[in-house]
Order: sequence, then C-alpha cells, then structure tokens
Amino acid sequence: MVAKIEAEVAGAHAESWLKVLPSGLYCAPGGFYIDPTGPVDRAVITHGHSDHARAGHGAVLTTAETASIMALRYGEGFAATVQRLGYGRSIRIGEVAVTLLPAGHILGSAQVLLEYGGSRAVISGDYKRRPDPTCPAFTPVPCDVFVTEATFGLPVFRHPPDRMELDKLLQSREIFPERCHLVGVYALGKCQRVMALLRAAGYDRPIYLHGALMALTGLYTQYGVDLGRYNAIAGMTPNQLKGEIILCPPSALTDRWSRRLPDPVSAAASGWMRVRARARQKGAELPLIISDHADWDELLQTVEDVDAPEIWITHGREEGLLHALTRQGRRARVLSLIGREEEEN
Amino acid sequence: MQHFANLLDALSFQPARNAKLRLIETYLAHTPDPDRGYALAALTGALDIPNAKPALLKSLAIGQSDETLFALSYDYVGDLAETVALIWPGRGKGTAQSPALGEVVEKLQQSTASEVPGLLAAWLDELDPTGRWALLKLITGALRVGVSARLAKTAVANFGQVAIEEIEELWHGLAPPYRELFSWLSGTADKPDKHSLSFLPLMLAHPLDESELANMAPTEFRAEWKWDGIRVQLVAWDGERRLYSRAGEEISRSFPDMVEAMTFDGVLDGELLVARPEGGELKIGPFNELQQRLNRKTVTGRMLTDWPAHVRLYDILIDGEKDLRPLPFDMRRTALEDWFKRQPRPRIDLSPLIPFADWQQLSDLRLGSRAAGIEGLMLKRADSPYLGGRIKGRWFKWKRDALTVDAVLMYAQRGHGKRSSYYSDYTFGCWQSGPAAGERLLVPVGKAYSGYTDEELLLLDKWVRDHTVNRFGPVRETTPALVVELAFDSVQRSSRHKSGVALRFPRVHRIRWDKPAAEADEVDALVRLIQ
Repeated sequence: MVAKIEAEVAGAHAESWLKVLPSGLYCAPGGFYIDPTGPVDRAVITHGHSDHARAGHGAVLTTAETASIMALRYGEGFAATVQRLGYGRSIRIGEVAVTLLPAGHILGSAQVLLEYGGSRAVISGDYKRRPDPTCPAFTPVPCDVFVTEATFGLPVFRHPPDRMELDKLLQSREIFPERCHLVGVYALGKCQRVMALLRAAGYDRPIYLHGALMALTGLYTQYGVDLGRYNAIAGMTPNQLKGEIILCPPSALTDRWSRRLPDPVSAAASGWMRVRARARQKGAELPLIISDHADWDELLQTVEDVDAPEIWITHGREEGLLHALTRQGRRARVLSLIGREEEEN
Repeated sequence: MQHFANLLDALSFQPARNAKLRLIETYLAHTPDPDRGYALAALTGALDIPNAKPALLKSLAIGQSDETLFALSYDYVGDLAETVALIWPGRGKGTAQSPALGEVVEKLQQSTASEVPGLLAAWLDELDPTGRWALLKLITGALRVGVSARLAKTAVANFGQVAIEEIEELWHGLAPPYRELFSWLSGTADKPDKHSLSFLPLMLAHPLDESELANMAPTEFRAEWKWDGIRVQLVAWDGERRLYSRAGEEISRSFPDMVEAMTFDGVLDGELLVARPEGGELKIGPFNELQQRLNRKTVTGRMLTDWPAHVRLYDILIDGEKDLRPLPFDMRRTALEDWFKRQPRPRIDLSPLIPFADWQQLSDLRLGSRAAGIEGLMLKRADSPYLGGRIKGRWFKWKRDALTVDAVLMYAQRGHGKRSSYYSDYTFGCWQSGPAAGERLLVPVGKAYSGYTDEELLLLDKWVRDHTVNRFGPVRETTPALVVELAFDSVQRSSRHKSGVALRFPRVHRIRWDKPAAEADEVDALVRLIQ
C-alpha cells in the first residue's frame, strides 16, 4: 500500500511509458522494445528462444550467454551492435535504468527491470522457480508493475517433481533393456536440463545426442555447466545403442532418422505432457512432464513473492491467471501481445 | 494404488502389444496380493464397484477450485475425469503412503452411495494426479487403456510361464482378487480346480425410466415377468452343489429339496419361489410363504411339504464345459431352452418370455398383472452378453406401480446415524373395528423411514415433538391426527401384527396435512389387496 502511494506520488504509472505496439512491448522513454516480434532499432532480449530473440535488430542489449546463443543460431552478424550486460548491473538508456536479473528459465535468461521517473516495472520474460544447475535461479524483485508470462496459467498445470519423471525414464530403461530410449527435447534449454537431471539422478553413462543438439550443448559446457560425458550419435551402430538414452529434437522422434535406432522407446519431455490429449498428439510412448516454465502454483507464488501492486499478464493461458489474481483482490490485466508461440514446441 | 495408476498411465500411451504385455507382467511380478488381483480384475472388466456419475465428479472439483477455473480447464483438457484429477489441489502423499488398490476396492464395495463422495475426496487428497486419474477412471467405469481381457490374461500366462489356454480354461471358475490363481502361478499352491464352485457375479438391472421407452426399439428387447421370490444362482459340478443368494451367500442348507434337484453340471440364474401343483398347473406362492423357508438352520419335513421350493430359471451362464456368458441373450436363451428340453427336472422350470409388438401392448400387460408372485416386468437387450454387475442400458426392471394407503401416524422413533437427531422412523396404523359396536381402533400396519424430503422430515419431526402424548423409552406416541399416504409393493398376512397384515417396503409417499385422521383407510382395504 505504502509503495503504491509512493509510486503514484513520485512517478508516472508504467502504463504511461510502457506500451503495447504492433511489434511488441515498447519502453518509450528508452526508445527500445523488449523481445519484439519484428526487426526494430533497439531491442532488449530476455532469452534466446526464437519467439523472443530474433535476428535483424539495430542494437541489442542482453546477457552474454544469450548473445552467444543468438550468434550460434543466427550467425555473428545477428544485430548491428550488441551490448552484453551481466546480471545485477544497471545501464542507462535514455532516461531509463535497465537491469537484467536471473529468470531461471534457460542459460542466459533474464528478467528486465526498468526504472523511470520513480516508477519500477519488471518484465519477467519466461521463467521457472525450480532449481536448475544450468542457470541461476529466478530472483523476485520489488516493483510497481510485474509483467509476467502465463504459459501454464490453469490450475490443471502442476508439474510433478522432476525426479519422479526422471525415475519413469530410468525405470523404463530397466523394463525394456534391449531397446534404446529416445527423448524428444527442444535444443535450447530442455536438452541441457534433461542431461543435468539425468546426472543428478545418478545416471553416469554417456548421453547420446542428435547432431542438431551438439552445438548448443557445447555452448553450455563452455559457460561452465557440467553435463557429464556426451557424444554425437553419428557413427554408432544400432547394437551399440541398445539400452542407451538418446536426445533428439522433437521432430526427429517420428522421422526417418529414428529408424536406424534399435527399437526406440519414444519419450517427449515437455510441460504439455501433463495433458493426455497433447501427449497422444506427440505420439510419445513415454510422456515426461519436465518444464522450463513455472506451473500454476509457482506462477501464483511468484506473484506473491514479487508482491507488486499491479500485474500485467502476457502470453499463455492469460484468462485463468487473470481470474485467480482478481479473486485474490489484486489489480491485474491482460496485455495482448501478438506473435507469441507456445514455447517448448 | 499409485503403482497401478502408473501402470494404467504407461499402458494408455503404449501402442505396441508386446510392450503392453511387458508392462503388465512387470507389474504383476512386483505387486502383492490382493492388489494385483484387483488390477487384473480391472483390466479384464471383472471389477464390480459402484459407479460414480459425472455430476458428482464435477461438483467435487468445483468445490476445490471455482466454476470459472473449472470451466476453462475442462475446455482445455477435454476429459472430465482427467480435469478433476489435475485440478485437485495438492500433490498427493507419494507412493509409499497412497492407499492400496485392494483397500480402495474393498472399501468401495462395502460403502453405500452416500459414503462414496467422502471416500473419493479423501483418496484424491492422498494420490498424485496420475493416481487420481486412475481412481476416477475406475469409478466412472471406463478404463480405455487399449488392453483387452485376452491381452491381460496373456500377460498373466506369460508371468506364470503357462499357456494362455490354461488361463482361459480356469477363468470362469475364478473370482477377483484371484488369489488361488496367483498362488498356483507362484508355485505355492496347486492348480485351481477349473470347475470351482464359487459364486459368479450376477447381472443386475436398472429401474426403467418410462420416458426413455420412446428411444428404445421394441424389437431389440425381450420381456419376462419379474418373479417375486429371491434371486439365486445354482452352481453344480460333478455331484457338488451350491445354492447362492443374490449377494453370494450360500443358502443350500435351508433348501435341501432344491439342492436335490440340481442334477446338472453348470451355473444357472433364476428366482427361488414357493410353488405347488394345483389343478394341473403350477401355482406360485406369495413372497411371505418363501419367507417361512429363509434362514432356516434346520428344515423339517413339514416345511418341505407346506412350502415346497422351486426355481424359475432366467439364464444359463455355464453349461458343462461351455462358458455362455459372452453370448448374446437370444443365444443363451436358446441354449437354456435346449438344456431344459434335454432333461426336465422337478422343481425347476423356465421363466417364459412375453411376446409383445410394441411398448403400449407390453405396458397394458404389465398393468394387468397383479397375480401372485409377480413383481413387474424385466426388459433385457437381446444382444447383451451376461455381464456381472449393474451395467447401464442392458437389463431394466419395470416394477408394478406401488399401491398406496392413507394411514395415521401412531409412533415415532429417532433415526440412525445422520438422522439420530430427528424422529424419522414412524409407525403407521389403519382403522379396525373394535369390540364395542361402532367402535374403531387404530392398529399398526407398518413402519416407514424413508420417502420424505429433507424439508418434510423437519416438519414431521416438529409435529412429533409438538404432539407427543406418551413416551415408552425411545418411542414417542403421538395424537392420532396426522395422515400420511404410504406407498408399498404388496400386502402380506402377518400373525406378528395385531392388524393381521404387514406392508412390504412401505415408504412415505405424501403427507396428507389436509386429511382428517378419521378419513384414513381401514385395515380391510389392505386385506383385500392380499394375494
């Protein structure tokens, strides 16, 4: 309550300087977008997933890790100029102070804290709250407006304990020792997360990777993330792969590439596997509910931890989250941002 | 239950037959009795537990969340049981503390309909989302995980390293949770006798909703009378014989005459009655004659001659080596008629089918039937196999409309359980001539404790308290001023009651606040209704 009065007395409410334009969320006094959907002059990028990070901007501000990821994916010249900012350091752009803080989503993922005229807004980007050895954990930051994602914004989305899903995979290996286990994972983030979870569960065999996953996994290890022994699958015979765990892009689960493998058990690792109809669509024999986004309880907990007087809800299941927050007596609204694909696909 | 849930979950996503077999075999190897037996029953469709309606699930879920979030979630998920399982708060207590499948099944089988929601809610709290989904699938009666009964039995055969044919041969003599089967397969007991004399689940009927007749095709159904005795199962093999009541209790001891007539090998389903030849025909006695034979520990010669037992057969489940249950009703009926023709036996005959062209004709026949021994009509789908339990849409009971009588409230007692704070058990009476000329006395004709709404109960309770004239222990005597219209199925003679009659299944139909007690019915009106 006191913080709110201070903000109203001291500074301009975020809605006067943070606007939704056709290309996305725009900070007017700074002259930059956050995660725009089309090429712009200046963009602050929260993380390297393709629906947030694009090539072709004039100037990009982001973490070093995200910049490396973008260079890997789009080539070194992905933007005219790139500015790298470490977590917790602030920089001035126009009349706005910009700070990047950990979001806990994937390597290099950041929340964007904007301070202007005595008012503070935090754009969360994509985030999760569970501990993840591949990136620093989400830090709740006090602000006047908290702009949050709502990917899993329905009470049916409660991710099971990660260890439980890993155990499903490891038990399946024991029930079907003559087969290999093929896990469909997104190349950036999910692949490395699953590898880290396997190691944490005591799995110490080499993990085999589809070629498309090698470069980004290499980048993670360059930044000091320990994922144990891993090899490209190229050159291995089917016999050698019996009983092994192999990670591949989701599309490779069902295409010709998988035919050379010894009777694979196809698994898919995604938060969407919670819903049976979605899991069946994927054709996975072994759905693993592992996500890099906050689930319903974690979204609500985060709103409580941040405790901002006002919440803006961006992409995902906005309606459910809006309803729950409004019932709690919080001020909340939905920001319609076009062009946000569901992550994890 | 959690392990079973994980098995169902894995099965539901696994398309390959061999992989499904492997999953089931692994489960059987790692799960103790009786849980694995109940799991097998669930997979083979042999699990007989009460069914919960979708409306119950929805209200349980909305109670834990709210209407809007439930609606949004249901839209997204698309399946009611799954939505409820996922939206339920909490993450469960983990595998070690989840209720055992055996415990869940046995508690459900022993519970009344009103106890089910409470049981469900407690278990939903203890299970994780997959466990909840499995529990709700069990209780809504539709597993649908792509496992046929044959596949499940194949897994059992593989697990026990025997041929599938051996399992199939034994199957009809086994009942959940299949302890003798698993003991044999684990090497701790001999192979079960394939001609076990155990009770097989009976096929039961739903009451007919007459408005549904418009959607039912008369040609698809067979009709027969619903005989007013007790439903029994006759099991016999190689000289060994068992007579079972509908609940599976053995009653052979009270009916040695019936047992003597069971000179066959197989399992039959019928109605136990009292019947005697009269004028060249077989006359069925009223229910209270059969009551004289029930629960007798010793049977005298007099009982055998006064109330001779008889079974009127409805269905044949096993004939010798053949299990006829998977066959449609019409084929089983032909088999039953053939069986009967091959060797007619004393005390056994067939329940005749009633031919009819349309529902109107059948309805008229039903209204005309107040003969002794008939409770109403049964409608049975001609294409239905014999399925244990009360499966919707196969067999329907179309009971006679209840009879009614206007009776006066005489005594009241407190009810049981939830009703113990209310006077909810009532004794009603009708008028009978007294010793003096023109005198009339009220005499009890029956006790009723159901049929009224919750609001009516409050009114009745208050009326009792306001009009008590005497107390005898827990019983309150009231002024004879309140008239109630009682519904009942039939009237019997009774030496135990001063009125000489007893009502069968009396229940409150309407409270006649408007009727003066003096205008209530006389006992004579009831006597006239006795068969």
